[in-house]
Amino acid sequence: MSTPTTSNAIESGPPHVHHMDAPTAYHAAKLGMWLFLATEVLLFGGLFTAFALYRYVYFAEFQAASVNLDWRMGALNTAFLIFSSFTAALAMDAAQHGDNAKVRRNILITLACGVVFLVVKYFEYKGKVAYGLFPYGVKGFENFLFVGALCLAIGASGVVIFTHNAKLKIPTILASIALVVAFYFLKGSIATISFDLANLFPFGHAHHPETKMVFNSPEFNTAYKSYFGLYYCMTGLHALHVILGMGILFWVYLKALNNRFSANYYTPVELGALYWHLVDLIWIYLFPLLYLVG
Amino acid sequence: MSHSETHAEGTNYLNCQKGIWSWMTTLDHKRIALMYLFTLTFFFFVGGLSALVVRTELFAAGAQFLTPKQYNNFFTIHGVVMVFLFIVPGIPAIMGNFLLPLMIGAKDVAFPRLNLLSYYIYIIGAVMALISLVPINTLPFISQGFSDWLVNTAGLGGPVDTGWTFYAPYSLAKSGTQSAVIWMTGAAFVLGFSSILTGLNFIVTVHKLRAPGMTWGRLPVFVWATYATAIIQTLATPVVGISLLLVIMERVFGVGIFDPTLGGDPILYSHLFWFYSHPVVYIMVLPAFGVIGEIIPVFSRKPIFGYKMVCGATFGIALIGFVVWAHHMFTSIGDTAAYVFSFLTFFVAVPTAVKVFNWVSTMYKGSISFNTPMLYAMSFVFLFMIAGTTGIYLATLAVDVFYHDTYFVVAHFHYTMQGGAVIGLIAALHFWFPKMTGKMYNETISKLTFVLVMIGFNLTFLPQFVLGMKGMPRRYFDYTGLEHFDLLQTLHATSTVGAYINALGYFLALINLLYFFWFGKTKAPANPFNSLSLEWQTQSPPIHENFAETPIVTDWTYGYGTKKDA
Amino acid sequence: MSNEHKHDNQDVESHDHELGHIVPFKIYVTIFSSLIALTILTVVVAKAPIFHFGNTINLIVAMLLASVKAGLVSLFFMHLKYENPITWMYVFFPIFLLFIMMAGIFIDNPMRTLP
Repeated sequence: MSTPTTSNAIESGPPHVHHMDAPTAYHAAKLGMWLFLATEVLLFGGLFTAFALYRYVYFAEFQAASVNLDWRMGALNTAFLIFSSFTAALAMDAAQHGDNAKVRRNILITLACGVVFLVVKYFEYKGKVAYGLFPYGVKGFENFLFVGALCLAIGASGVVIFTHNAKLKIPTILASIALVVAFYFLKGSIATISFDLANLFPFGHAHHPETKMVFNSPEFNTAYKSYFGLYYCMTGLHALHVILGMGILFWVYLKALNNRFSANYYTPVELGALYWHLVDLIWIYLFPLLYLVG
Repeated sequence: MSHSETHAEGTNYLNCQKGIWSWMTTLDHKRIALMYLFTLTFFFFVGGLSALVVRTELFAAGAQFLTPKQYNNFFTIHGVVMVFLFIVPGIPAIMGNFLLPLMIGAKDVAFPRLNLLSYYIYIIGAVMALISLVPINTLPFISQGFSDWLVNTAGLGGPVDTGWTFYAPYSLAKSGTQSAVIWMTGAAFVLGFSSILTGLNFIVTVHKLRAPGMTWGRLPVFVWATYATAIIQTLATPVVGISLLLVIMERVFGVGIFDPTLGGDPILYSHLFWFYSHPVVYIMVLPAFGVIGEIIPVFSRKPIFGYKMVCGATFGIALIGFVVWAHHMFTSIGDTAAYVFSFLTFFVAVPTAVKVFNWVSTMYKGSISFNTPMLYAMSFVFLFMIAGTTGIYLATLAVDVFYHDTYFVVAHFHYTMQGGAVIGLIAALHFWFPKMTGKMYNETISKLTFVLVMIGFNLTFLPQFVLGMKGMPRRYFDYTGLEHFDLLQTLHATSTVGAYINALGYFLALINLLYFFWFGKTKAPANPFNSLSLEWQTQSPPIHENFAETPIVTDWTYGYGTKKDA
Repeated sequence: MSNEHKHDNQDVESHDHELGHIVPFKIYVTIFSSLIALTILTVVVAKAPIFHFGNTINLIVAMLLASVKAGLVSLFFMHLKYENPITWMYVFFPIFLLFIMMAGIFIDNPMRTLP
């Protein structure tokens, strides 16, 4: 890694904002981000409330249903997210010291952890789908993946539109559209192939034959449906936030490529890191609730 | 002021840049406010027309010109458009955007690009709502296969008839045109996102961009009201976001959260929905309180009475508004909860009454001039008193069990929504019209429209209180054969006539303002009403960045009738 | 310039002349290791039979441990410790609202007397 030089820096120092001075802009952006995080807390709060209520009402069923989740996978993911949160904090620290190379390195580690998290999550979902614990079965899971790809594409396009890197704009948007279209028409084969791949690795689902149930079979209690419905909604929404957070951090990474950050301008790194920490925070609560105490 | 440009004489935010593109990409909060104004006015008339359709159907007993299904569609359209597309963004997005930076002496809101983004998110939501209204399967030029695909895969097809609340078991039904629920709730979700971003922007603006000397104790009442509103917008909206998202998830993936057949509890949906939708009525009406708090002192030439109490009451309403939501569900929740929420609901009356007393006391012994904005403001106080006192009836558990889902409720919330929020918005539009456009409107016509609106409004909704007391349920297509049939018939007919007069009043008001915006000859002075507030100290219409020099504030804005008020 | 005026008559929240606080590297490492340790503790308490005190207590313990972890992340990773009171207010008010919401729903559903 070469040391950042001023020659390839497009601009240095905080961007000019016409209606306030730079420190005010920094503090305003940070307060805005905290407020946005507050809305995220309440967004997940609705789900946590629903979970609390149904856990109270269907206590025995929730206990029984939660053993279908493999707590080792959850713990693994927790560790990865905590580590990524740590590196995100380090990226922010590096930005405060004006070390763009270190910002890039830490963000890449964070992004890698995010990818690992999603892969582990995929294996978990896949395990449940193969087991029949997904409402619409394999077909529904294809749609689920399609929604994920759609969000990824929209996020990537959004990120690139808002960066100053003009060369990346058109290709990313085209690639996103191609991804969505391809996913829409090929989602059946993609699901099959990924299932075959996933079958090479024999983990992702805690096997408890005594609770062997299939979601749409008549003897599958409504309370279990409630548990799995909440499980997919909570972890799915969280996974969506992981994707979103990765998008934001990728945008920060592109800025760090231009050596944009210095000791007096690091707002994007801090905002991206704040968002990533929130993703971590939500998971810190989801893990014991869903995997451990059910 | 590092960037104080010299502004040529006659340059203002309206004409500093030309062309439609300069409007679509503008970051100026005043231009964004005007864009909201025109978009929202359009949706106000869409919602208003569907209300007229509903009222016309109810003019006489029996089917007039709609089928019951279409009737349900029309009152749903009326509710969704009026609530999500008009009143909730209403005063905050139009007047808040325009006035907040001006009133605190800032050049713009804290995040101008975010501001424009929330406008476009609003547009996306509005388009989604409009798409969901299209009855795909009846369109002649679409092939059967394609329309099936649209209905089954894309979830389109025909206006929904769930009512604006999307109550759970019904919004989850898979039959008929209900597939459009996905688009409609999706639209509400997107609109909520726009609302969140606007609120967030306002909170940061108030915290970070006040002019030197503009302390919290000197902020105008409208800024306080907008700030309290912004808190509700930011913190309540995510909850409805998640509940609508869960409805979509249930419909798309068949997971069981609200659907009783899948183990869900439909009342939980009502809880989550009203946890947002009760505070949302304060999103609608708090900024109107702020508007009235600005207008009454100016036209009474007196300082606002009890400034601290007015501001405190604003926050009191906002906070209490968060703990009373279940009074919308008295007939479906358990007894214990019903007692608790009934008890808590009464507390809303306290800060609301404080505000009413303060407005009336501000007028007391003032030298009142009856300009149109003042007339609207005074009618607001009158109408809101009716709204508030009937609200106390509905907060009373024993009474509400009988009034629940009758026209009494309809009349009550129209007195708050229309008599409060809409009248407040119209008062604000008349009061700040010279500032926004640099023109003066015709006072005689606007007083005439005021009379029409007042007569029409009261003629529409006063009879509905009686209708409700006589047991007329809301959302009924027909009332043939109900008890007190003759009385119901008369009252419904009166109400319909009133609705037409009311609509005529609004239409005239629109024509009046639009005409004088474009063709008005009288140039407005900087401060036609002798207000002391900051926004009147710059020229009309304001220049691009509001003030030629950052103002330095030395006193509060309500020093009317004192030495400074020359 | 307006900056001088801004300084003397605005309240606490606008000491906006310096940017964020720099946290020593050592603290980040300490927090990270405590988070991992707490995660292990959470799993052990939930899964080891000797720690099984009953479902409610285990739930409370798990949630308390999660809250400690969340507190550590927000205080040090997110620099909440060095933030101004306004930010603190907007951190705690939503959580307060969340509890209000849960309380409201819990005085309804479990106490509902069904016919």
